[in-house]
Amino acid sequence: MANIMIQRGSKGDYVFYLPKRDLEDAIVSMEFDTPEKWGGEIKLNNGGSYYIEPQIAPAKLPISLRARRLDAAE
Amino acid sequence: MSALTREETEALIQEVLEVYPEKARKDREKHLMVNDQSIEQSKKCITSNRKSLPGVMTIRGCAYAGSKGVVWGPIKDMIHISHGPVGCGQYSRAGRRNYYVGTTGINTFGTMNFTSDFQEKDIVFGGDKKLAKVMTEIEGLFPLNKGISIQSECPIGLIGDDIEAVAKKTAAETGKPVVPVRCEGFRGVSQSLGHHIANDAIRDWVLPRREGKAFEGTPYDVAVIGDYNIGGDAWSSRILLEEMGLRVIAQWSGDGTIAEMEKTPYVKLNLIHCYRSMNYIARHMEEKYSIPWIEYNFFGPTKVAESLRAIAAHFDDKIKAGAERVIAKYQAMMDEVIAKYKPRLQGKRVMLYVGGLRPRHVIGAYEDLGMEVVGTGYEFGHGDDYDRTIKDMGNATLIYDDVTGFEFEEFVKRVKPDLVGSGIKEKFIFQKMGVPFRQMHSWDYSGPYHGYDGFAIFARDMDMTINNPCWSKMQAPWLKKAEPEAEKKAA
Repeated sequence: MANIMIQRGSKGDYVFYLPKRDLEDAIVSMEFDTPEKWGGEIKLNNGGSYYIEPQIAPAKLPISLRARRLDAAE
Repeated sequence: MSALTREETEALIQEVLEVYPEKARKDREKHLMVNDQSIEQSKKCITSNRKSLPGVMTIRGCAYAGSKGVVWGPIKDMIHISHGPVGCGQYSRAGRRNYYVGTTGINTFGTMNFTSDFQEKDIVFGGDKKLAKVMTEIEGLFPLNKGISIQSECPIGLIGDDIEAVAKKTAAETGKPVVPVRCEGFRGVSQSLGHHIANDAIRDWVLPRREGKAFEGTPYDVAVIGDYNIGGDAWSSRILLEEMGLRVIAQWSGDGTIAEMEKTPYVKLNLIHCYRSMNYIARHMEEKYSIPWIEYNFFGPTKVAESLRAIAAHFDDKIKAGAERVIAKYQAMMDEVIAKYKPRLQGKRVMLYVGGLRPRHVIGAYEDLGMEVVGTGYEFGHGDDYDRTIKDMGNATLIYDDVTGFEFEEFVKRVKPDLVGSGIKEKFIFQKMGVPFRQMHSWDYSGPYHGYDGFAIFARDMDMTINNPCWSKMQAPWLKKAEPEAEKKAA
């Protein structure tokens, strides 16, 4: 499990940030992206993927979350 | 465009790498690239933030340098104890030229060195008692200090001293903030992790101190973050922001105070200059206090105008008009500077190797002078820095990460730039090779270079260095052949 931060990019897209490794990347896809269910498997631009527990969409971004690494890019 | 084509540059990288043993070559190859603006993701072609190879001459610093030297050191009204043996603090003392206002030794302590001077017995028996004693002494000798930060040197982590406990105890006694920073030099691969650790210490020990207290704010409050006031940089930036109608309530951390930092959660917008060293705290404030942040660039009139407009876009029409007013006011002065220096500098080529934000931020300033940056690199940049750099650099230019002394020399010999901009460790090598050189860490004892006023100084300094008559006198007169010109730039 890793602490991550998800925020809005300049174009309204999600941006993923992993402070521990100072990895900043765009999120290409998120499994669930509705107000009721949000999260699941997220795919990064660099090819990596992480899993965050599906939850109610956060009221405001950025938000710090715990995420599980499914597939690292490097 | 660059004199070397893409193929030539690629061949140059291969040629330089040839001297390394197989394993080292493979590793270093990943850190060197030929720029291609069409690339979106730097990660595919350049690796960064990796451990330097043993045996090469790296120019990087350590986590302690990142925390004490960069982030914490410039906070002028706090005393920063270099906790550990005396050398780390003494040899880095006052080297960074973070200017500040105040009376040193009375209410400001920027250029002084405080250390717990570890001896063998402190390593064996632990240094906590000594640290407590040092802090009591500080309170007696410098009662006007506004707080203390404990900057750990390597041995503290190795022997496992509990500096947090000492800090809490002393803070309770004195009523002033005492911040333990776990920035032992062995942490991380470069000073970059030191920045991160220092940011986390600010987050945990400084920002919460003023939470919930009254603050008389205005809608135009901003904080200048990541400007270390080198040679007065923050001052020449701050006047522009104030002229356009904003209220700068905090400077992080050049000429900054602990009170300013505590107030920062009340600002409306955080302005980040050095993204590398301070983005962590900006992200934290965005999440916790909902303060948006933007990166800005105050090098060269084009970028200053761009940044002022981008900053103003976050505010109302009054500020937007203010930004236009400021840009118009300085336009004449800038035109004059460019008219004077551009003819003297047009077409000159520059290679940079610096840290933090400068490898990409100063490109605009050079371009304003008609110069071209043909190679750039970061000492301790991460992937996101290179993502940003690729767009700013011309195609087929060299980009090098954590370049070694050998590689850098070979690149300069082949690319033959008219100016190299790097640090003190590289300065004399290149000057002896006959290549004009400017220190781009400390502005070669000049500055400021930020803002409109800074650009005038920047242009003058570059002209002074490149067009210095000494470069044609590199060879003894009796050795001079018919073509002195060709010799001038040769390595």
